[in-house]
Amino acid sequence: MTIENKINKVSLKVKDLSVYYGAFKALEEISMDIEENQVTALIGPSGCGKSTLLRCFNRMNDLFPNTKIEGQIIYDDIDIYSQAIDPVLIRSKIGMVFQKPNPFPKSIYDNVAFGLKINGFVGNYDEEVERALIQSALWEEVKDRLNDNAFSLSGGQQQRLCMARALAIRPDVILLDEPTSALDPIATVKIEDLINVLKKDYTIIIVTHNMQQAARVSDKTAFLLSGENRCGKLIEMDATEKIFTTPFKKETEDYITGRFS
Amino acid sequence: MIKDDKNLKVRRSHRLRVKIEGKVIGFLVGSAAFITILVTISIVWNLAQQSLGFFSEISIIEFFSSTRWSPILIPREFGIAPLVAGTFLVMIISSFVAVPIGLAVAIFLAEYAPNNIRKILRPMLEVLAGIPTIVYGYFALTFVTPLLKLVFDDMIIFNALSAGLVMGIMIIPFVSSLTEDALISVPNSLRQASYALGATKFETSIKIVVPAALSGIVAAFILGLSRAIGETMLVTIAAGATPNLTFNPIESIQTMTAYIVQLALGEAAHGSVEYQSIYAVGILLFIITFAMNTLGHWVVRRWRNVY
Amino acid sequence: MSTKIDINSSSLSRRKLIGFLFISFCLLGVLVAFMGLMSLLVQVIIQGYEWVTPNLIFNYPSRHPEQAGLWAALIGTLYMMGLTALITVPVGVGAAIYLEEYAPKNWFTSFVEINTSNLAGVPSIVYGLLGLSIFVYFLKLERSILAGSLTMSLLILPVLILTSREAIKSVPKAHREAAFALGGDRWQVVRMAVLPTAFPGILTGIILALSRAIGEAAPMVAITALVYITFVPVTPMDRFTVMPIQIFNWVSRPQDEFRGLAAGGIIILLILLLSMNSIAVILRNKYQVRSEE
Repeated sequence: MTIENKINKVSLKVKDLSVYYGAFKALEEISMDIEENQVTALIGPSGCGKSTLLRCFNRMNDLFPNTKIEGQIIYDDIDIYSQAIDPVLIRSKIGMVFQKPNPFPKSIYDNVAFGLKINGFVGNYDEEVERALIQSALWEEVKDRLNDNAFSLSGGQQQRLCMARALAIRPDVILLDEPTSALDPIATVKIEDLINVLKKDYTIIIVTHNMQQAARVSDKTAFLLSGENRCGKLIEMDATEKIFTTPFKKETEDYITGRFS
Repeated sequence: MIKDDKNLKVRRSHRLRVKIEGKVIGFLVGSAAFITILVTISIVWNLAQQSLGFFSEISIIEFFSSTRWSPILIPREFGIAPLVAGTFLVMIISSFVAVPIGLAVAIFLAEYAPNNIRKILRPMLEVLAGIPTIVYGYFALTFVTPLLKLVFDDMIIFNALSAGLVMGIMIIPFVSSLTEDALISVPNSLRQASYALGATKFETSIKIVVPAALSGIVAAFILGLSRAIGETMLVTIAAGATPNLTFNPIESIQTMTAYIVQLALGEAAHGSVEYQSIYAVGILLFIITFAMNTLGHWVVRRWRNVY
Repeated sequence: MSTKIDINSSSLSRRKLIGFLFISFCLLGVLVAFMGLMSLLVQVIIQGYEWVTPNLIFNYPSRHPEQAGLWAALIGTLYMMGLTALITVPVGVGAAIYLEEYAPKNWFTSFVEINTSNLAGVPSIVYGLLGLSIFVYFLKLERSILAGSLTMSLLILPVLILTSREAIKSVPKAHREAAFALGGDRWQVVRMAVLPTAFPGILTGIILALSRAIGEAAPMVAITALVYITFVPVTPMDRFTVMPIQIFNWVSRPQDEFRGLAAGGIIILLILLLSMNSIAVILRNKYQVRSEE
């Protein structure tokens, strides 16, 4: 099959990554390659650590006290967990969209422009805001009401606004943490279409508990499972087609086919 | 043997008793709530009635336009301006202390402080808030004033500056706890979104959290300053008893509240003009603080963000 | 593709510096508040510790500072506290129960609610004026301890209602529903399911409200008119004085000895307040542990 043989450049390389919350080990020795301009889906039952893993990529776990990280994530030849790296720099290159739409209580325009402002962007803000809103397929719906409060948008529109907000600062990688779990089916389709368009320019990692969604939008799929001690492990990772048709491991097959206790 | 009866046996009188008891209690607690309304009505009625007596002797025009307040010394004159000026002078001085420090303390507690430091700071602020105002008055007069006198040679012992500064310290806990409540009510998802865009902690606090909590913060300032206006013993002890239309902080002044205390101390003859004058001052004080409190609560309700 | 990460980003170090300056400013604010509290306590203790003697506690006020004491004021304070509690607690807790458990959601209820929070913001001296004309003159209670207690009750009523409501509100809904499901009527539910759980919280509120009343001087000045009291009140109709007023009296005198005496009185007052607050804190902690179980 062609998909399997295609070799892409590696964007993020995870090496023996373990995460601890205090004494509790949440993830154990994860190693994986995230390829450039591909959509990688992280799937697994709830509590398997897939969101924790996602938050490792932009060091959001640093915000929780008592979190300890072992191992490395290599991005652009640099270990993002090395002492010299400030998480702020990482986050301006690796954007994130959350489970529930969380626009700021500001205007639509200011939401998109926020990242540009704090990063000291000099240039035409209007153009950048427009570009980000076009990329997130929201421009046509909001171009006449950019100064309205973001809360006046529907849930699906708010989530696309959050996408635009993340896209505005031209990140390299976008992390999506169950981005459609709070949305209705129509809004979900719009977000999925968007993901398919965006992967041309961005590397995308998506956490989802919806296996159909993983099958629809992703190129690669990683399956995580928590064993004894509730500690999450990577069971296998492969091309999405392969995971969903002929998985290597029995656990994966059980989960995919719903034979999972 | 246990009889398998479908109906639980109850005394018929029990149900009745429960019902009557319920009605009586319902009436009692309802009237307790009604008492609060009664209190408000009697405050307004009492202040209005007494000050009507005052305004039948002293014209309301003189009250608001004259710039001299001399209720006892002849020639008597009842111009409220010096008392209002004194009150606002102290309030303004206190706001220079309480607003920035209250805000800083609140942001520190809500956004920066690790849990163990928060556990020490909060009770400390509670202690500060629980100290009687008379103690602050003593502190202003015997500690802050002598200290200020080192800087301002010609300062009078009773002065607005010392009272205002200590008033500021006194209302820090009040302002900071209300501000902190407003900051804490900002959902964490907004902070996370901001961090995920590469914002620093400072940028997140100042550009996202503070604007999102702005209505609550403004309300905290308004309510805190209203408290400064109504505060009595501190200014009575430290700010002086000289009605003085000035904005010079190192001069002796008199606030509205301190005037009321001064007259109440002297056992002014019941029904005399000077006795009634404390009600005229009281009703103005009530109106100002009531307006500020209503504004404060309204700001919170009107601009509360729905997340 | 653009360079991805610029480790030595100068704009970032500028942003970090601003952040550092800001946190320094916040810490400075905390420090000022802390220094304020500390210098206040130190000043009071240094000026007053030599004056804390049995004389201060057991003597009546006197023109001679070394013989003057707080006895009349101390007993007056405790007496007034007791009466105030008797008057406020049933009304305050009752009103809180009504607002939380009985009141229908209508304009009257929200009016009572807004009114309560507004009353809490009325300056204490205004309560003094109210007490002076209503209790002292209109009801002819004279400048008695009863008039003082009634005035103080009105002052702390809104505070007590607010704290009691919080305590009642914190009782889980499931408690009420379980009691209703067993066929209890409203009062039975309140008495058996709500009040026992809310009790420690209500008690904490009562103590905190009373400790506010202990330190209040302004309304009491209006009621007592700062007379020279050299006896202990026996009946509720006796004249009286309270600690903050006695302290105010001493502070207002120019002689250093009386200032020292005032500081001594403040120490006693603060000890009284601190012990009441500690009881409240202990109760609250006990209560919190219980609700976590």
